[in-house]
Order: sequence, then structure tokens, then C-alpha cells
Amino acid sequence: MKIAQLTAHEILDQYAAQQLKVVDVVGSVLEQISQSEKDIHAYAQVFSGDKLPAFNGKNIPIPIAIKDNICIKDTETTCCSKILKNFIAPYDATVIGKLKQSGAIFVGHANMDEFAFGSSTETSCYGPTRNPWDLSRVPGGSSGGSAAAVAGNEAIWALGSDTGGSIRQPAAYCGVVGLKPTYGRVSRFGLIAFASSLDQIGPITKDVTDSALLMNIISGYDPKDSTSANVPNPDYTKALVKNVKGLKIGLPKEYFIEGLDAEVKTKVMDAVLLLKSCGAEFKEISLPHSKFAIACYYIVATAEASSNLGRFDGVQYGLRAQPSQVRKTNLVDMYEETRDQGFGNEAKRRIMLGTYSLSSGYYDAYYLKGLKVRTMIKMDFDRAFEEVDAIITPTAPTTAFKLGEKMNDPISMYLNDIFTTPANLSGIPAISIPCGFSKNRLPIGLQIMAKPFAEETLFRIGYTYEQNR
Amino acid sequence: MSMDFETVIGLEVHLQLKTATKIFCACANQFGEQPNSLTCPVCLGLPGTLPVLNKKVLEYGIKVGLALGCEINPYIKFDRKNYYYPDLPKAYQISQYDFPVAKNGLVMIPMEKGELKKIRVNRAHLEEDAGKLTHEADGTLVDYNRTGTPLLEIVTEADMRSPQEAYDYLQVLKLTLQYLNVSDCDMEKGSLRCDANVSIRPREETKLGTKSEIKNMNSFKAVKAALEYEVIRHTQVILSGEKIVQETRLWDDNKQMTLSMRSKEEAHDYRYFPDPDLVPFVVKADKIKEIRQSLPELPYAKLERFKNQYNLNGYDAFILVLDQTIAQFFEECVALYPEAKKIANWLNGPLLREISDRKSSLAELKLVPASLAGLIKMVEDGVVSNLVGKDVLKIMLDTGKSAEQIIQENGLAQVSDQESLTRIVDEIIKENPKAVGEIKSGKENVLGFLVGQTMKKTQGKANPKMIGEIIKRRILDA
Repeated sequence: MKIAQLTAHEILDQYAAQQLKVVDVVGSVLEQISQSEKDIHAYAQVFSGDKLPAFNGKNIPIPIAIKDNICIKDTETTCCSKILKNFIAPYDATVIGKLKQSGAIFVGHANMDEFAFGSSTETSCYGPTRNPWDLSRVPGGSSGGSAAAVAGNEAIWALGSDTGGSIRQPAAYCGVVGLKPTYGRVSRFGLIAFASSLDQIGPITKDVTDSALLMNIISGYDPKDSTSANVPNPDYTKALVKNVKGLKIGLPKEYFIEGLDAEVKTKVMDAVLLLKSCGAEFKEISLPHSKFAIACYYIVATAEASSNLGRFDGVQYGLRAQPSQVRKTNLVDMYEETRDQGFGNEAKRRIMLGTYSLSSGYYDAYYLKGLKVRTMIKMDFDRAFEEVDAIITPTAPTTAFKLGEKMNDPISMYLNDIFTTPANLSGIPAISIPCGFSKNRLPIGLQIMAKPFAEETLFRIGYTYEQNR
Repeated sequence: MSMDFETVIGLEVHLQLKTATKIFCACANQFGEQPNSLTCPVCLGLPGTLPVLNKKVLEYGIKVGLALGCEINPYIKFDRKNYYYPDLPKAYQISQYDFPVAKNGLVMIPMEKGELKKIRVNRAHLEEDAGKLTHEADGTLVDYNRTGTPLLEIVTEADMRSPQEAYDYLQVLKLTLQYLNVSDCDMEKGSLRCDANVSIRPREETKLGTKSEIKNMNSFKAVKAALEYEVIRHTQVILSGEKIVQETRLWDDNKQMTLSMRSKEEAHDYRYFPDPDLVPFVVKADKIKEIRQSLPELPYAKLERFKNQYNLNGYDAFILVLDQTIAQFFEECVALYPEAKKIANWLNGPLLREISDRKSSLAELKLVPASLAGLIKMVEDGVVSNLVGKDVLKIMLDTGKSAEQIIQENGLAQVSDQESLTRIVDEIIKENPKAVGEIKSGKENVLGFLVGQTMKKTQGKANPKMIGEIIKRRILDA
């Protein structure tokens, strides 16, 4: 077995036992990159080697892939968009500062859908990432590069960001563990915003234990982020217990519906049976407004995105373009030409959608209505969590699809997020855990959701499942 | 058609709050520094950065709101106002849209015969200032130092009926704001900026006429001039049978006229929506109470108190109240020497003149209340004349010495001993036989001439009252 295939906690054990050195781990990961990166293309950019830290018993010198929308000081951070090419972040995101303190080794900026707009990592200006399990298929998205890097052993673990499923869906497609923490649990400072009220940074790892370990490093209150929650931050590894006895888990009937792939449904139900055999109690619940989640999500998220992306205007940084002939005024021409050249089609589509729903005369019918529906979706979850400790659903309705299959069908692409967007709209934590494979060897993911700040419940259920498979 | 029009004016004042740091980051909030030296990733709006509200800004906003008699909105919420301009690095301004920090206030302006008029304040909301553009021949430069400077926008109802009322409102507002010590209120430096909405309508009409908004005035006088210009322009347009176009116009101070900037059709759709980066919160009632209790005595209350407590006339009290430090200095002087009217005269006369001549302020001068009170007392006691007293004041401001010391060191005390004064008077009588004759024949007004001659001989050090008495005695009793 190659070193790069190990989990972070296995590597840490071997560091402690002096069976492994940091240089060996990094060497193994880099070797893997040199072998498979040309096929997978998990990275927007692989960093050239800095001086490696030694293991000292307390630090966690593990190679990590960072999604290209998280700022690392003095590196090009582009959200995989042409408009941000050559933008060198002059500061570290809060999570990067925490990782640096932990001794992390940054392998590179992972590929992603442009500005996290997508579910396939095909909209990146650097070209698509391919699924390590089947190179003809997408890794999911938007954190497809991060998930593929971990699944393809091109990093030991990774950070992604999740606005409507962008950690969980690629984790499911690539057969790894992806956690979207509670909104406010992890600082967003330094995460280039897509939809500020939905975005969360989270870990993509090979197993649940690593997920808890990485959460220990990156989570916690940050005074630089006003939406960060000032609540006690637990040691998540304490939740890694093989015991779900007495836990009540809900199965929302609206999530096991037509359109759900039969194999996906079977594997998820197998997992339910296993957890039941471990002592968890299951009951059917109803989340009646979840069927509006996709519509609601694409109103709220695009509205915020249209405003967040206004700053990419060619004035201070990134791309600046001017048409050869004056059309309106020099300034307006510069704005239009820069944004026309700099943004890809999906980014333009979302900016237009969001601009429309915030426009005077349409605000009430779209954005405001969207906010109201969002509240109703959240209230469904509040009610459900009065009865159950957690909710289990599939992460995505299908397994990984083929490259190009949905690029010209945005609605079908958007429907990939049908099971994941409700957690973002409600702010609750949700994790995707591998629960088997389809007949053609494609990974399937199981989603567990819990009430706000109950990541420990997710880890407990996930760990029990993982250990008893 | 009626020729008699009524002018209707509403004002929007943008006030820069002088907190130590900017509204959403820790950069220093200062004017006049090296371009782009007071910036950080947050106020530059760099990707991934987030705003964190400066608590002091909120406190100042509440303070002004309370001083203007507003209701305070305890629910603090910020919104994004989206538009593109190179001085706005995020392409949106963080502002307050539907929940301004303060609303429904009142400002009282002075009218004729000591009457007051109410100008209603519609709202006051917090927002961030934009950067500053400098247009040069080969391009435009951006200075982001001002980006993120805290602003309070104070919007009145259309309650003013003349450019003079608008001017008076601005004066009273500025005075109130200076009392609160929350802003420099300097229009030239841009720490107080004013946009004016103006329209006219036939006098009996209740519906508002079409307005124009005027910007770019850099003094209160310019606001008044711009409004006067617009009133005439509106009147001419309407009398010529045409219609006013709703538009934004810029005041050109050199040409003393307004020029069209953009029409309503070109106005932006700002796409306001709640800023998801700033979670709304509620200010505790205790906090608002605490701020209310920290308010200083405001100008009108002080004016009334000065009139009553010190028995000052309206004019004297008004001049004192116009400057909070002078008002305080006045009260400290009165505490040491309880001759309020005399002290007010000295403050409003010689002292203010000195301050203005020296282009200084009371705070900058080395004057302590005890020194001025001491000087006034010495003048009243006849130690020095009023005239010499003014010279003593000058030396006092130059050196910081006490009146006593200055008078002693410079031998300025009035010659008051009878014997030496009588000797001098006798010399004067001898030198002016004609005048003496006239006095003897009953022309008492010539006495003044002899007093003047005596003063000249003593280089102003003699006590004129005493001299008059001695001359009379020596001539008439002789």
C-alpha cells in the first residue's frame, strides 16, 4: 500500500511511532500527482515545495489540497475563473492561518467549478477534473478537485466549500467523506464568497475520523467573520464512538421519490438497516417544503452571487480588458469587456438570474418570496428535530454522470443539488459518507443531517456506520 | 396663472463620523494622509474579506439620532446598495435601507422675532463612504483612504421654504453635531456634505412640484447660492410654460450655476438587499439609555439656561453658545468672578477678536479662566483702564502670564495717587490757559480735552475718572 493511500490519522500514528517521516508522505503524494494528475486534473495549481516541517508530537503535518476559492497568502487564488487570473491573495483565510499553525503542508489549489457555480467541475477555466473511479465521468462539484484529489490520493485530505452541496455531492461521487458544517461553525473570512448566507468551508477526507480531526483544526469562532458563531467548539474526535443505541433517525418521505436512482436507494436503505441493527431507531418524517428547495436556493444564491461578484470589475486586480473601439464610455466599456471576457457562461447565467430577482419591481416576487420559502424549509427541519436526532437521505439522486452530459441542460444540472440544498438553506450540518458502489463501480453517498451545531451526532452515526460495514 | 410660488426644500447631509477606525475594519480613519496608505484587504474589498461593524460608529449614530430628537431603531440591520464605480471597490455600498438607526426627529431653526420653526428629520442612517477619484490627463487615480469612513446620512422632510431656512438648518445642525463631538463638520474637507432637493409650486398648491437634486456644494453659502439659483431657474422654466425635468444637477462654484448631471431615466436601480455578511442584532435598551445620559447639554438648552441663569440678553447668550468651548470657558470665568455680563462682553468682544486675528481657537490659546477673570476684575477695580486691559489680554495670550504679572512687569498700573496726579494736572492747566478759561465760563465739555491731554502725558496709565475730578477741583475750586 502506498503512503499516499493512508488516512491522516494513520499517518499521524505512524509519525508518532517514528515509522514515517513527513518527507516520505509528501514524496508519496507528489509521486501520485506526477502519475495521475494528467488524467484526473484535480488541481488548478500545485505549489512548489516549501521547507517541510518535522513532526513534533503536537503538530499535524499532513498534505492538504485547498479549494481555489480559499485565499492563501502570496498564492494565486482564482476561483478557477479567468477574471481572477493573476490575483495573488495578500492575506490568509482564517482557516489557512489555523492550518499553518497546525503544521499543514499545502499541496495546491484544487480545481473547482468557476466561482463554485456547478455540480461537475466542468466550468473551471482550467478545464474539467475527472472522477478517479471512472475518468469518463465527472467528480461532482463544485469542490470536484478537492474530492478527486483525496479519492485519487493526490492529497491526504482537502478543504472544500459547500453552498448547495458542493462538498457533499463530489464526496459522494468520489467515494470520500465530505462535511458541510453548521453555518457559522467555520470562519468564512478568506473564502471568496459565492452566496454569503449559505457558504461554509468544510473537510473532505477519506474517513469520518479524519473529518473530525480536520474539523478540530479549522472550526471555531472568528471575530473577523460577523456570521461566525460564538459557541463552544468541542473536540470532535470525542464523538467518534461506535454507538448509536437509542438515537432517533428520520427518513423524510419526500427524499425517496421518483427520479432517485434505484441502486442509490438500495445502498442507502442497506445503510439504514445496518444502523438499525446497531440500535438506531428509524421513523418516517415529512419535510414538505423541501420540494421547493432547488427553486428557493437558485433565487437566494444567485441574488447574493450577483452582488458578491460585482467587485470583479477590472479596476483593482485580476483581468482588465478594453474593447478596441469605444462603445459607450471608456469606463463602461472596460466594465463590460472585462466581465464579458472574464466570466464563463454559468457565471454570467447566475449573475443575470440574481440581478433580475433583486431588481426593482421583481424583488418582492422573487427574492423576498425566496427568503420566505427559505424560512418555511428551515421550520420543517426545526419541527423534525423535535422528534429525531438526525435525518438520513441519499446525498445525490444518481451516481457520477459523464463529462458533458449535463453541460447544456442547466436545470438537470441544478437538480443534482436536490437533496443537499435544504441543509444550506436551513444552516444545519450535513455529512456525506460512502455507502457502497453501483454495479458499474461508482461510489454512492449517504447524507446525514443534524440540528445546528450537532456535528458530533453526524460523526457518531457516521463512525458507527463506517466501523460496522 | 399665479405668479406667486412657494419654494420647497429638503436636505440630505452626509456626515463623516470621526471614530478612530473605519466602519468595518481596523484602518485609521484620517484625512489628508498619503493616498492608499490607510487601507487593508477589508476596506479594499478584496475577494474573501468580510465586514465587522465598529461599535463606536453605532454609538455615534445613536448619539446624533438622540440629539436630533429621533426615535432609535434598536434593530440594527445593514443592506447592500449595488452600483458600479471605481471608487466603490466591492461594487456595493453597505448602508441601511429599511431600518435606519434613527428616524422621526426635529431640528429647530431660528426665525424672525425670536420664533422657532420645526424642521422634521425623516431618518438618519449609517453607511460607508467611498474612495476618492482624481482625474488626470492620462487617466484616473483612485485613493481608497476614504473607503470605509463611517458616514451618517441625515435626511430631512421637505420642510424648508427658502434657501435661507436651508442655510439656518445647516447652521443649527452643525452646531448640534459639534456639541456631540462626533464629526469635524468641515465641508471643505468633505466631512460634512450636503445634497439639496428643491422644487417650487404655486402658493396655494399642496402637491409637490417636480424636484431637482443638487450636489457638489462645498460650503453652506454655496448651498444657499445653489438653491437660490435653482429657485430662479425653476420659476423661469415654469413661467415660460415648460416643465421641470426631474434630474440631478451639479453646482459649479466658479460659474455660480447648476448644470445637469443625469436625469431620472438614467437613475440607478440599486438592487438593495440585506447584507448577508452582517447579521442583524438588537441594541439593548440599557445601551441606548446610557448613550442618552452621556449627551451633553445641547445648544438650545444652553442658550435658554444662559439667558435665565446669567441674565444675559439673547445676543450675548447666542454668541457664547455658538462655540461649546467658549460657553464652557465663560461659565468657568463666572465661577471665579461672578460678573456674567462683563465676562460675556470680554469674551464676545476682545477675546473673540483676538482669536479671529490669530486665526486660532480658544482651545489652542494658552488662556486659563483664572487669567481672564483676573484681568476683568483688575479692569473693574480700576487698576488698569479698559484700553490697557485689551493690551494686557494680548500679552496674556502671547505669554500665558497672569494679568497681575503682566501689569507689574510692564508698569501698566494706573497712576492713582492723588499727589502725583495733581502735579501733572497742574502742569496741564498751565499749558492750556484757553481751555481752562472756557471751562470756567461753563463749557464743561472741554473738560474731556484736558483729561485726554493728561492721559497722553501719563501714557494712558492714569485713571481717567480721577483725573476729571482733580481737574474740576483745581480749576473750579481755585
